[in-house]
Amino acid sequence: MGDWRDDQELMVMEGRIKVPYDWAAGTVGSRYLRSLRDDKKFLGTKCPRCNIVYHIPRRNCPDCMEECSEWVELANTGTLVTYTTVRMQHPTLSPLPLPYGYGIIKLEGADTGFLHLLHEFEDSQLLEGATVEAVFREEREARILDVKYFRPLGGVK
Amino acid sequence: MGKRVAVVGVGMTKQRAHRPDVNGVEIINEAVRAALADAGITRAGIDAVFIGNMDHFEGINYMETWSVDGSGGLMKPVMKLTTGGTTGTTMAMAGYYAVASGLFDRVLVIGWEKNSESDTTGAITTAFDPFWDRPVFAGAVAGLALEATHYLHETEATEEDAAYVAVRERKHALNNPYAHLHLDLTIADIMNSPYLSWPVKMGDMCPRSDGACALLLVSEDRADEYPQKPVWIQAVADRHLWAYTSDPYGNESIAGGNWFASLERASRDVYDKVGITDPLKQFDVAELYLPYSFAGLRWMESLGFCDRGGGPELVLSGATDMGGECPVNPSGGVMSSNAIGATGLLRVADVALQIQGRCEERQVPDVELGLVTGFGGCMWSDVLILGKEKPEKAKG
Amino acid sequence: MEPVAVVGVGMTDIRKERRTDSFADMIFEAVQKALGDAGMTIDEVDNVITVSNDFFDGRTISSMAIQDACGSYNKNITTVEGDGTFGALFGVMRVLSGSYGTTLVCAHQKGSESESRLITNAMFDPIYERSLGIEAITSSALQARAYMNRYPVSEEQCAMVSVKNHGNAFKNPIAQLPLALTVDDVMASPYISDPIKLLDCCPLSDGASAVIIANVDRAKKITKKPVWVKGLGFCCDAYHLGDRDLSEVASLSQAAKAAYAMAGISDPAKEVDLVELYDAFSYMEPMWLEGLGFCERGEGGELTASGKTAMDGELPVNASGGCLSGNPVMVAGLNRIIECVLQLRGEAGEHQAGKVKTALAHGTNGPCGQSHCVWILGGDK
Repeated sequence: MGDWRDDQELMVMEGRIKVPYDWAAGTVGSRYLRSLRDDKKFLGTKCPRCNIVYHIPRRNCPDCMEECSEWVELANTGTLVTYTTVRMQHPTLSPLPLPYGYGIIKLEGADTGFLHLLHEFEDSQLLEGATVEAVFREEREARILDVKYFRPLGGVK
Repeated sequence: MGKRVAVVGVGMTKQRAHRPDVNGVEIINEAVRAALADAGITRAGIDAVFIGNMDHFEGINYMETWSVDGSGGLMKPVMKLTTGGTTGTTMAMAGYYAVASGLFDRVLVIGWEKNSESDTTGAITTAFDPFWDRPVFAGAVAGLALEATHYLHETEATEEDAAYVAVRERKHALNNPYAHLHLDLTIADIMNSPYLSWPVKMGDMCPRSDGACALLLVSEDRADEYPQKPVWIQAVADRHLWAYTSDPYGNESIAGGNWFASLERASRDVYDKVGITDPLKQFDVAELYLPYSFAGLRWMESLGFCDRGGGPELVLSGATDMGGECPVNPSGGVMSSNAIGATGLLRVADVALQIQGRCEERQVPDVELGLVTGFGGCMWSDVLILGKEKPEKAKG
Repeated sequence: MEPVAVVGVGMTDIRKERRTDSFADMIFEAVQKALGDAGMTIDEVDNVITVSNDFFDGRTISSMAIQDACGSYNKNITTVEGDGTFGALFGVMRVLSGSYGTTLVCAHQKGSESESRLITNAMFDPIYERSLGIEAITSSALQARAYMNRYPVSEEQCAMVSVKNHGNAFKNPIAQLPLALTVDDVMASPYISDPIKLLDCCPLSDGASAVIIANVDRAKKITKKPVWVKGLGFCCDAYHLGDRDLSEVASLSQAAKAAYAMAGISDPAKEVDLVELYDAFSYMEPMWLEGLGFCERGEGGELTASGKTAMDGELPVNASGGCLSGNPVMVAGLNRIIECVLQLRGEAGEHQAGKVKTALAHGTNGPCGQSHCVWILGGDK
């Protein structure tokens, strides 16, 4: 390293990449999201060969590649497979005020779990196998956040 | 070490402006299922999956892990490569090396893009250096326009000559049900289209598309196990020469100021390996990554199909049209379909199909040897040669 | 598999922030070091593989930033996007294909130039998961919880991993975070997302590394101390977190199995002398040790608590300090390979963990260890 590298003012340029997105949900995803919006119902799709009900629904089975043509209505309740309580708020990522959590929730009728938010709970209620229920928004837009979060059945006791 | 490698399965979706009926994973799966069906196998017949796209077009980080449901990679070795516009040809080359290495006998390679999901120019602009290039520079068109301006200045070529290429590509696409654009255009149509960045006009440019392509590449030990005739990869090469946009122009110390030295060097590399001294005569078909019309003149010179400055004469002679000495882009090429991650791979796919005689309306008679190129940001060039005959030994 | 060796290695040091260097500067340093280590010139490099991530770099075709610096001019060059272990594995394929005698593989990362959590949020599905705000730490917390619920591994045992690895870092001149910690320190550090605490997490880091791989003929000409690639394996599990049991290590076990088979290893605990694995979070060390077959499922915590995985233990794990002591994300796996190479050569200096004949390097991609890559390296051909 030569002398000119010492004691220099180091320039740092701030920037953001500006790339907006329009993600297609596809026919399967669209039906799923419409069901959340219009009927407050979760739907899964079933692989006819493997007999697995996928929730989040899939168009094709990841294993045998068959089309998952059968739609299955799932309950709005399910069990917690795993969970975490978030303790540090992130300025833009955190969708809810603390304390909130994430859970992998297996809805009744589905063979796979899925990821969603947890809220209205006490830590002691978060247990593997605990029953949780979906809480929907009043105004819904066919988005996964039409479901505000899941909470232990009946909320905080 | 050094297994010879064949293409035995080809799958592609139709290239379209917008596929809202499928998400990315699903569009990948369409091509994958088509390739599996073509090869007559199930997912169990794949040893590894290699997949690529250009990240910022769909905004998916770790795309290869995100897409396992569709790619067939569940509980298999999965790897991602990404090299900008050359991604599609890179995938074919990656599959080649994976099988040639002897580590995998049967590799599925996938290239895909849903360009409809993003602002293509916005995403491409992020390829350029944030300090020196990005603030003054926008997207792919301007970069290509720099080249076109230089070419027009250097040679006797005219915009009308370039327009001939644009018309040829779109006319060829009319024979290809998989192509995105099906436009019957005239030179006047091209010349009357609005300028994007002089001298490049709307009609001179490629579209942006949604689409996916998958190929099954297998080792020589297994190539006869499949319903389709194996198409042998004869040689592959790539070169990359530049980091900053201005590097290649008039800078004699960088490749003698020859901004497309990368294509020249990569093509000479594969030509030497295969014994090509007269590409125009020896290749029966060429699927070249020509993102815009002027490329169809200048890059033919870089590829040795004619002398420097000879592009217009070559093209206007009809030598690159269907029925000509060496038809270029019977598929309609990139100017008719451009799902960027898939685009290079579709060139490989179409040459494979040509050699197998399965191109229907766009079939060139008696194809034994085909040339493929890929192109990407900062003049990255990939070149592959595919052929009917098994090479004497793996030439790489 | 034909004999293939690592003949040169180079790492920049790992720091929180390298404002003096661009990506190209870091890569140039790493590549120069690797060439110097191998006693090679850039002309003797037959092809180049670069490793970087477009999101972390905020740049499409992120490899463009370093093309000059990695000596790719007029060479065959391509880019693997994924942890360095995968990139280097592709580099091995390039040599095994017979097309090239040597491959240079280089990787770069600047955790300081971007907001990591926004970037790891982007690995989640835009329709179903991203808007929930999930990212690397909160998703890993789900896995840590599942793991600790299923198996008798405790937060305290995971804390021991942090203590050990940060302590090892004192003996590694390039490590970012040597820290003298106790288990109590770790347990008292604030929770980010239960059960993961601040001192259970790897830091954000800047760094670059390079390795040179050669076939047997070239290796013999280049170096007296080639380190041989004995086994390789990689495997990718399901994507949606609810599709798999997060406490399971199926894809890791499969990758390890492939690598062990190639290397002729049937009892890793006996036959592997040293491990460098991807410990982005403390719970991952015991979990991956189980998946790699060094102990039964659920015994990873006990294995750590026993002291066997200390630098002077029977099975040193992350003598380098691991990712917990410095994690330039795309580079981290390549560093695991490099640390193994140094150990096998007896050149790890103060953190040399005794005589090492066979070492295992590991890297991972995707959320919650979805995809793994395993390398077995040996001093003998």
